Amino acid sequence: MTLLGPSLAVSAILFALGVFGVLLRRNAIVILMCVELMLNAVNLTFVALAEARCVAGQIFVFFVMAVAAAEAAVGLAIILATYRHRQTVDLRYINLLKG
Amino acid sequence: MIDATRLLFGGFAGLAIVSATACVTRRNPVASALWLVVTLFSLAALFVLLDAQFLAVLQVLVYAGAIMVLFLFVIMLLNLGRGGPTDLKGPIGLGLGVLLAGLLLVQLLALRQPGSLPALGPAAGAVVAPRAAAGVGIIPALARPLFTAYLVPFELTSLLLLAAIVGAVVLAKRKL
Repeated sequence: MTLLGPSLAVSAILFALGVFGVLLRRNAIVILMCVELMLNAVNLTFVALAEARCVAGQIFVFFVMAVAAAEAAVGLAIILATYRHRQTVDLRYINLLKG
Repeated sequence: MIDATRLLFGGFAGLAIVSATACVTRRNPVASALWLVVTLFSLAALFVLLDAQFLAVLQVLVYAGAIMVLFLFVIMLLNLGRGGPTDLKGPIGLGLGVLLAGLLLVQLLALRQPGSLPALGPAAGAVVAPRAAAGVGIIPALARPLFTAYLVPFELTSLLLLAAIVGAVVLAKRKL
């Protein structure tokens, strides 16, 4: 009995939770964490399919991890720079582009 | 017939889902980050059960070790730890979030119907053997394709990381 089906189900649930967090929260840092959660759900899909089909899927997880690390570093730097200007990370008050 | 692997898988999958839910719904950003660490550790355990031991180690080192420490460091630098006014959206945002995320979940779960997965194989020309046929350890099985078929993406990753380092320093520094 393979673990592919349950893995894909867990991955789908985690991804949906990440989307829910992005839609629900207003704290920019928590939204960034929810994006990390979504990336991890995708990693689980890659690993499950790598186990079921061929090992190449695991190599993509490397690339996803590298992109996630770069994204976290740059994203947090942007949040820091925004905080210096506005003294908040609440997305309600970061609305310069709002008409 | 439930063997140990499936039992462990179920346990860690449940832990991952519960802690991810807590991460999404906790008001305090520090609590949220710590619940996310629990999720990442559970995912590392799932990786071990899925025969990806090296990625499990990387998951603990890179995600739970480095990225989450960065998040916690920024949360504490900005002094967001104390519970301020809630940052959850109101009932309209909540309803919309539940609706859209639920819709996405239904669609993603529909994708795993039997027969919907195409017969995936290695890309044409890729020297990727299935694990069982490779007859080598975990690291060589990953390293060989990484440095042959996927060499160009690997080198591009180093460029991406360099750009991210420079970008993060430029953005976060007060005065250059």
